[in-house]
Amino acid sequence: MDQSELRRLESRCVQEEAPRCTASCPLHVDVKGFCALMAQRRFDKAWSVLAKTLPLPGVLVRLCDGPCKGACVRKDAGGAVEIDALERACAALAKSVRPPKPLPSRHKSVAVVGGTLTGLCAAWEMARRGFDVTLYCEQAGSCLSAVPESTLPGGVLANEMEALRAMGADMKENVSLTPELLDSLLEEKDAVFIDSDDLPEDVRSFGQPDEITLGTERAGLFASRTGEPSAVFQAATGRRAANSIERFTQGVSMVSGRELEGPYETRLFTSLDKVEPLPPTPSDGVYAEVEARDEAKRCLQCECMECVKTCEYLRHYKYYPKVYARQIYNNESIVMGTRQANTMINSCMLCGLCETVCPEDFSMGDVCLEARRSMVERGKMPPSAHDFALRDMAFANGERCALARHAPGTDASEYVFFPGCQLTASDPDGVETAYGDLRERLGNVGLMLHCCGAPADWSGRVGLFEEAMAELKSVWESLGSPKIIAACPTCIKTLRVGLPDAEIVSHWSVLRALGVPVQATDGGGTLAISDPCAARHDRVLREDVRALLEQANVSLVEPELTGEYTECCGFGGLLSEANPELGRKVAERRAGAREEDFVTYCAMCRDMIARTGKRALHLYDLLYPKGDSPAARPSPGYSARRENRVRLRETLLRGLWQEDAGPNGDPFEAIEVAFSDQAAANMEDRRILKSDVQKVLLHVGRGGQRFVHGETGHFLSAFRPVVVTYWVEFEERDGGYYVHNTWSHRMHIKGERS
Amino acid sequence: MSVIQVPEADAGQWRCATCDEELALRPVELEYLDSLFNVALPACPKCGMVLIPENLALGKMNQVEHLLEDK
Repeated sequence: MDQSELRRLESRCVQEEAPRCTASCPLHVDVKGFCALMAQRRFDKAWSVLAKTLPLPGVLVRLCDGPCKGACVRKDAGGAVEIDALERACAALAKSVRPPKPLPSRHKSVAVVGGTLTGLCAAWEMARRGFDVTLYCEQAGSCLSAVPESTLPGGVLANEMEALRAMGADMKENVSLTPELLDSLLEEKDAVFIDSDDLPEDVRSFGQPDEITLGTERAGLFASRTGEPSAVFQAATGRRAANSIERFTQGVSMVSGRELEGPYETRLFTSLDKVEPLPPTPSDGVYAEVEARDEAKRCLQCECMECVKTCEYLRHYKYYPKVYARQIYNNESIVMGTRQANTMINSCMLCGLCETVCPEDFSMGDVCLEARRSMVERGKMPPSAHDFALRDMAFANGERCALARHAPGTDASEYVFFPGCQLTASDPDGVETAYGDLRERLGNVGLMLHCCGAPADWSGRVGLFEEAMAELKSVWESLGSPKIIAACPTCIKTLRVGLPDAEIVSHWSVLRALGVPVQATDGGGTLAISDPCAARHDRVLREDVRALLEQANVSLVEPELTGEYTECCGFGGLLSEANPELGRKVAERRAGAREEDFVTYCAMCRDMIARTGKRALHLYDLLYPKGDSPAARPSPGYSARRENRVRLRETLLRGLWQEDAGPNGDPFEAIEVAFSDQAAANMEDRRILKSDVQKVLLHVGRGGQRFVHGETGHFLSAFRPVVVTYWVEFEERDGGYYVHNTWSHRMHIKGERS
Repeated sequence: MSVIQVPEADAGQWRCATCDEELALRPVELEYLDSLFNVALPACPKCGMVLIPENLALGKMNQVEHLLEDK
């Protein structure tokens, strides 16, 4: 990711955009911060928020007509926040504060001619920025004399004039404003601002000022346009004049980058989805403390966070995509030192939900996948993150598991059934029955047992993915390029990208057309459907599944996040491998989305949800049933998943094709081993396979060294078959082994230092 | 290179079954991702077999592995 890419990404996340109130306020008051403090009855603090932004705050808050109310998001949920009333309440409730301390003198002298609110605010803004300001007028603020006492209590204006003087502004009143005065001021001063509402007609010889800069035909002379009725807009003109004079005296561009002065459109999106309508707090005049608090509480504290609200992963890292993009960029830029974001990058499920809910289509998945690819390319991908999953993929594609055949007794396939490596691992019997059903009802259906390559893709290994896909393509072509019937949503998605020439149809579409199999159970009760994230953009697939469930007499309910907005189970993007703890949290969140038992059509979703203790069915459990209470079927562990694949291949080869399944495997497989419950649980947590343990025990049997425990008599031995060292604590029992514990590490013991 | 002591490297009641020897702390060279460490670990004084106890493998050692992976 380069700088420009980072900027492009950052700009797509709107979370840090200004709320609509602040953007629409010509002075950009932090209304959200103000309301938050008012809601906590921290009135003094709230006042300082106003006073930080507003010139002559005591006057302005009392005259403010709340132009932000037209933009308030709450407007459509009961009515806009009564921000002007809140400002006045704050003025009454807060202790007065000292005028702001001006910046050090710039040694630039400025004259402000005219003393209506526009001129006074211009003088305030410039005095605050360190200009030497002199104000010339008939009588400062005389235009406010018509404002009733109830709106602007006596003494408030005088106080602010005092503050203006305290900030260093020189006030020259009772001055007649003449063309001569103007000429002489333009001679002596660095710049002059004219408050046009307070100027006799004969002095107006400079034409209409420029809309953006307020500049006139005479260099150094700036002026307001006449006739602005709104107090806040008058004040905003004063600020615009100060901005222009600052630029003018610094000799920088007068026009560039001024788009955000005055009201502007913000891109911040705030959903009203879960907001209860609530009308404004009634008042009889000025809000008292409690009413002010209640009204301030109606502020929605606008922010976007749409993706963070729906994604446990985005929530886990405490920020939002704009910040994450920066962290990922920094992670990539590190040459020496610790790359802090590696785990974060590898924890995204790549499920696409954030992009679907984002008003600007920001995709964390794309950013994370690209970062993973870059890490792999630069040799910076932590080996432990995806090693286990990639070895599992290699195993699924190895000679013990992979298979490609035409249907028994045929030498051509119109279709080939592609169940996917996780479905075969989770439910080999279901796959066998499904294949039989397809052959029976569809005729020439071949079989391909293979992994679609998703783990290589998710782990950012472009080369490995291409290799896997090329192999898949050649196997598929060797069968005569039949139409593929795929059962796994991830396989469907992956194969459609990787094998663009293949016609790929989902098993569910086929079944919808054929009708539910004869052996299907009568669904009876109510189930909650969980769409896999791979089906997010596959409307047809989702509809096929629902139609099938209806055929099976299942009454369906949907979780809040469903269909296009479905949540991942925590397996996607290899989250559960790279960050098991977060993977579990994500699965638990999904499992908790409905009280009813879940039904899904992805083997990993089924198993991830089942692992949390929630009852969950795969659609095969209904269509190709076996045994009682399939919703309580435990998720097979990693070792069993591998064994299931091997056994399925062997069973099918022997049973259907009358072929030998080949050699019986490696010698370590003959080792008889049993596990204590604790050892079995540890193996799952620590990603240690039965075969890993058997390799250690074979090593022991062949005379490998071992330790013995003084108290328990258990033995302990270690072996490093590849890059991981496995330790096994065991005892010898009945000609085999009983394992009490096992652990592993990646660090290599080079031996005693010589 | 100095030898790192780790409190987690406690042999407990394990002894070498092959040589029938008590284990003793010995300087051992460990390697991961091109980094080398010398750590005092329980080992058999006769055959040199090194013990990595569970709490060390899953604790300190795992932390260091991750640290090196993120370098």
